[in-house]
Amino acid sequence: MFADYSAAELTSIFAMQGFAGLSLFSVFVLMALGLAIIFGQMGVINMAHGEFMILGAYVTWLTSGFFSSHLPGLFAAYFPVAILLAFLASALLGGAVEWLLIRHLYKRPLDTLLATWGLSLILQQAYRSIFGAREVGVRMPDWMMGSYAITDMIEVPINGLFVMGISLLTALGVYLLMYRSTWGRKVRAVVQNRPMAGAVGINTQQVDRVTFALGCGIAGIAGSAFTMIGSTGPTAGQLYIVDTFLVVVFGGAQSLLGTIASAFTISQAQSTMEFFLSGSMAKVYTLLVVVGILMVRPQGLFASRIRH
Amino acid sequence: MTALRNLFSGREVLYFLLLAVLLVVVLPLALDAFRLNLTGKYLTFAFVALGLVLCWGYGGVLSLGQGVFFGLGGYCMAMFLKLEASDMASTARQTTPGIPDFMDWNQVTELPWFWEPFHSLTFTLLAVLVVPAVFAFVIGFAMFKRRVGGVYFAIITQAIATILTILIIGQQGYTGGANGMTDLRTLLGWDIRTDDAKQILYFLCVFLLLLCLVLAHLILRSKFGRILVAMRDREDRVRFSGYDVSGFKIFVFCLAGVFSAIGGAMFTLQVGFMSPSFVGIVPSIEMVIFCAVGGRLSLLGAVYGALIVNLAKTSFSESFPELWLYAMGALFIAVVLAFPNGLAGLYSRYLEPLLDRGWANVRSRAVAVPPAQEKTS
Amino acid sequence: MSNAQDFILAVEGLTVSFDGFKAVDDLSFYVDPQEIRVIIGPNGAGKTTVLDLICGKTRATEGSIKFRGRELTRMSEHAIVHAGVGRKFQNPSVFEDLTVFENLEISYPRGRSVFGALLFRRDKAVLDAVHETAATVFLSDHLDQPAGLLSHGQKQWLEIGMLLIQDPELLMLDEPVAGMSVAERRQTAELLRTITRQRSVIVIEHDMQFVEDIAHRVTVMHQGRMLAEGSLEHVKNDPRVVEVYLGHRESREEAAHA
Repeated sequence: MFADYSAAELTSIFAMQGFAGLSLFSVFVLMALGLAIIFGQMGVINMAHGEFMILGAYVTWLTSGFFSSHLPGLFAAYFPVAILLAFLASALLGGAVEWLLIRHLYKRPLDTLLATWGLSLILQQAYRSIFGAREVGVRMPDWMMGSYAITDMIEVPINGLFVMGISLLTALGVYLLMYRSTWGRKVRAVVQNRPMAGAVGINTQQVDRVTFALGCGIAGIAGSAFTMIGSTGPTAGQLYIVDTFLVVVFGGAQSLLGTIASAFTISQAQSTMEFFLSGSMAKVYTLLVVVGILMVRPQGLFASRIRH
Repeated sequence: MTALRNLFSGREVLYFLLLAVLLVVVLPLALDAFRLNLTGKYLTFAFVALGLVLCWGYGGVLSLGQGVFFGLGGYCMAMFLKLEASDMASTARQTTPGIPDFMDWNQVTELPWFWEPFHSLTFTLLAVLVVPAVFAFVIGFAMFKRRVGGVYFAIITQAIATILTILIIGQQGYTGGANGMTDLRTLLGWDIRTDDAKQILYFLCVFLLLLCLVLAHLILRSKFGRILVAMRDREDRVRFSGYDVSGFKIFVFCLAGVFSAIGGAMFTLQVGFMSPSFVGIVPSIEMVIFCAVGGRLSLLGAVYGALIVNLAKTSFSESFPELWLYAMGALFIAVVLAFPNGLAGLYSRYLEPLLDRGWANVRSRAVAVPPAQEKTS
Repeated sequence: MSNAQDFILAVEGLTVSFDGFKAVDDLSFYVDPQEIRVIIGPNGAGKTTVLDLICGKTRATEGSIKFRGRELTRMSEHAIVHAGVGRKFQNPSVFEDLTVFENLEISYPRGRSVFGALLFRRDKAVLDAVHETAATVFLSDHLDQPAGLLSHGQKQWLEIGMLLIQDPELLMLDEPVAGMSVAERRQTAELLRTITRQRSVIVIEHDMQFVEDIAHRVTVMHQGRMLAEGSLEHVKNDPRVVEVYLGHRESREEAAHA
């Protein structure tokens, strides 16, 4: 499939597709971070994670609408506000869901999977009732439009760079929170030995709720990022949930760096192949390879050996 | 005789006969041809639910990709029917006569090699059983030998369902794409679109379903069934009692796959088409809810669950399409939070004691002998 | 060391590390046919891990475990059971949803393949074996009871019964009397004396009275290594053992970390 292209063309194709893949990478990282935190903490997959992302996307859309009609002068700066609001909205909803649903289902991960799937159906229909079935697009501020030309043939879209910046910052934030703060120490204590953590005075219920809310909030940020690269519809989130879980597992569920590395690998593979194959076949091959690798190495690429 | 009595308790036989009478006598008499065909369609999902009872309820292995097997069975059958519908006479106006119409539309000029054997009905029927079994074996072998289970397994099966759906939709020329394989007409010259044919196919479907029920029951009643329960409880202890746990999981996953495939093939025959909309993650997880509503530990419950949820879906989505997703979502949550053993659980908890008491009254008045204590399961 | 064939179990150079932490470190010991070996040592010494390694639950990083000359380190758990090694877990591990009868029946060594289990028939040999075993472990009156309803001690007995019906050549028991009442403890000691007569046994136990009652030889482990081996009298007088159990504060803290 490479025969029709010269070496220089190939280089720039790889580079361009690589940068295009960075946007996908950003969404993957943000989605996967949230999912991994929840999965690592509770051993459950939140199947409604995509809908939490879409909530963030809708909040971003609403914010941009509000700024353009009421504060047009500040429109250039709406995005940081939108990210914050998206985080808060998704985190609040996440906390509520934990309280209503998840906390009754600890130790039943498969049931949690089904229940959160039910939640995702309800959220999808709610979005459809509230925002309509049509997809909505967010208007970007001028400074995020256009692209930055590195060479004649290679151009990098600015919004892609911006979104990647957000995801790396978020990842850094999560790292600091989980590994450098008292709260993160509590979370890790609960993960390793729940009864013991409870016995030494950690409020495990609270830790669970906050972790779940945090994971959902990060999905909200992912939603903000998502508006930069795609249009928002009620079911857009569902398309990402399987991919995202594969990213988490592929990276080895407990490893932050692994998650980022695997998000990078998967998004780059898909994006690069998309240029040469049809988009659907690129996805088929990517998923096949990931599933194949997971069958051979189910613990993921970056897992460590744990004493039972 | 005693051996038989060990395998079927009186009550189980009674419930089984009740279901059989409902499906074989009551429904065909009560429903018109269209509704009966619709019921037949619902029953094809009962095959999947039945497999899930074995695999998820007893085996503890939740597959969120049963649509894959339903689809494999359905597509195998559809390929045979499609080839029969694409004879030279009816495809004379195509660029390449003699191949299915969608191939012609997609500039495919020659029947692909993997289509060739589907000219034979014998091969097709074998393929309906063998293809999903082999596919399930490969997945099961890879996963269970490495002790992958639980949430991981669920999501991997979901990924496989996604892959297959994208593949079917993407490879239009070979699969009919998103529309699926439509316009299926005859089976060995017998027109399957007439009311008579549909009625016969309904009875065939019921017959196969009852057969699968008996088979599943026998399996659960054997030591195999007790090992499944033991595995769900303490997998390690089973292993250290000398059992290769993965073999049991692989077997039950394969069996669930084959059941689903039979359902899929019957779907194609009764409904007259097969499409990727029965393969992907959404239909696959819906099939889990059929099983969960009926009761994940009850074989008969699976049949009722499939019937009731599908009936509700049809009537609901006709009259209040927006509400259906809410109802479906609520059903997922309710079945997990409020009644994890589904209708069967509710029945044996609330209704059965009442019936028992009523029955005991009748009997004591009739013969004045206290009723034998019967163990309920 | 003489030929490994003379021993029923020969463990040599056994090492397992988890993320660099060596839970068992270059351990070697040998068990004779019909011998009752007790492994003692402070918490975290790696005793349970040794049993995990022998029965295949945990894979060794290095070293070998030979059972009647067959290498176990690469065999799967069920194959190790088939070879004749039975293991009782520290916490009673029985199938709570099944009856006592079904628990014993599942452990009966026949019909262990998928199709064997499908075609398994509850014939006279099975019934006899189950009833006989149930009588041995004092559970004859509980055969139709779900195992989940048994008392803690009865569950321990049931698990011992489940091993017994397999008739293993090497029996491994992890704290068989832990959590039992005094009466149950006495009954269990009696039970163990009968069932250990025909076979080799490895026991982990803290109860010194119990150890004194049954042990032929004792292996003392500390921080994944063997500290001493020999008769109970011999190891009791070993100054290093005394130090580990009673000794300085430093060494006790060290043990707690391990």
